[in-house]
Amino acid sequence: MSSIMQGTTDNGLLLPVQDEDGRPFWEFAARGELRVQACADCHRLRFPPRPCCPRCQSFVGEWHRVSGRGRIWSYVLPHPPLLPAYADQAPYNVVVVELADAPGIRLVGNLVAAPDAALDSVDPSRLRVGAPVRVAFAELAPGVTVPRWLLERP
Amino acid sequence: MTATLKDTTAIVGIGQTPFARQLPESEKTLACRAVLAALDDAGLSPSQVDAFASYTMETTDEVEVAKAIGAGDVTFFSRVGYGGGGSCATVAHLAAAIATGQATVGVAWRSRKRGSGPRPWRDTRTQLPTPAQWTRPYGLLRPVDEIAMLARRYMHEYGATRDHFFNVALACRNRANQNPAAVMYERPLTREMYMTSRWVSDPLCLFDNCLETDGALACVVVAAERARDCRATPVYVHSAAQGLPAQHHGMVNYWTDDPLSGPSWTAARQLWKTADFGPQDIHVAQIYDAFTPLIPLSLEGYGFCGRGEGAAFSEGGALELGGRLPLNTGGGGLSEAYVHGFNLINEGVRQLRGTSTAQVPGAATCLVTAGEGVPTSALLLRS
Repeated sequence: MSSIMQGTTDNGLLLPVQDEDGRPFWEFAARGELRVQACADCHRLRFPPRPCCPRCQSFVGEWHRVSGRGRIWSYVLPHPPLLPAYADQAPYNVVVVELADAPGIRLVGNLVAAPDAALDSVDPSRLRVGAPVRVAFAELAPGVTVPRWLLERP
Repeated sequence: MTATLKDTTAIVGIGQTPFARQLPESEKTLACRAVLAALDDAGLSPSQVDAFASYTMETTDEVEVAKAIGAGDVTFFSRVGYGGGGSCATVAHLAAAIATGQATVGVAWRSRKRGSGPRPWRDTRTQLPTPAQWTRPYGLLRPVDEIAMLARRYMHEYGATRDHFFNVALACRNRANQNPAAVMYERPLTREMYMTSRWVSDPLCLFDNCLETDGALACVVVAAERARDCRATPVYVHSAAQGLPAQHHGMVNYWTDDPLSGPSWTAARQLWKTADFGPQDIHVAQIYDAFTPLIPLSLEGYGFCGRGEGAAFSEGGALELGGRLPLNTGGGGLSEAYVHGFNLINEGVRQLRGTSTAQVPGAATCLVTAGEGVPTSALLLRS
């Protein structure tokens, strides 16, 4: 069985287990676009994706392109015990980024020194709540791309 | 006039197994031992049991428990989801069933070998499908990582410090040091130990995390008029509530307008609405403590202080015996045993019977809560 079918990269990082609602996000990410689900009727943005709009109950959705700029809302530095592929890079950072043009929409990700750099590639002393960041994209496995985050002022 | 649960049912029996990092017996055997101990405490026969409630994560089902202990015909059974968020709801469901005549003698239980069993987050395949795709690939793998994210934000917004989290860990450890049944009975905690311990998920260290325990607990619920004939002093279920807030996302609650007001706020509104007393009248609290930051968040949610004041509330020994709100007097999940919060229910009963190993003098009211950060539940108990 290939690593992609097992839900991991060749070196054991977990790949997103996509569901029907989330799949467009990952398809856009694979094209280098950060898009957030929105209601096609009342235009309210929502995350995570879901079948209908919690405000107007419309089932018609669209995917709204966002600038990919935001600020670190919070972050953690996980230490072992962890899954082996993550333990190898620990302590690494996990950040929650609040999007500049969609306040209230926050994405979990990693702050890295370059799109394909390791999860521990940024010195933890550089992490600050409120630090401005911008999106980059890393292909984890063939056809599977995730957003990563770079400091606006590295 | 709407029907009310208020004081119509009571907990009349509590039981538990020993707690340890590893116990030799199976979860099923431990469940049966805890249930039988609770029935013995109540002076009721297993054949009188006609209702069961437990957690969806419980591995032993009603069929197995009922036939093993020799229960009679069972007319109500219920399971509550969301791990430790379901603890108090097991009692609440039994209380509602008994108050409405669906059953007469209810048993709630939880048996778990979390000490010797696998850590659930290690499973890379059976993930929670919806939120996991947005978090786990980035290495936000464990419950401690998910709560640490909220904890860092809480520290940032309100000036909470590690010393505040230490206050929580210390209060629980001090009570465990008084409780021979607690895993940490003979293991005192110091500030230096806390501050120099290893990180698990920075900003949370080893002592911010609950124990990993094998053990089982159970309690027995009957109608108030029947409770007066039971062997032990009845402890009345004064109010009960579950809480799933609007737009809540579970432990990864980063996608709401206000991630720091969690399910406790929702449960609290319902709990106090149907109660004859308020937070200022609570003599002792058993608050779910899988991680220390859940205590300040819960203190705010249940109305013991204002928004953002939960950390400061812990200062000056407020959570210790003799303080404003003695907390987790058996040692809690942090220092007695982590059995998805069921030990908090039994300790609440002990306090109101006057039989705790860290007794609050004259305690007549107790708040018991289930896990904050997940769809939750809570009980107000009174003697």
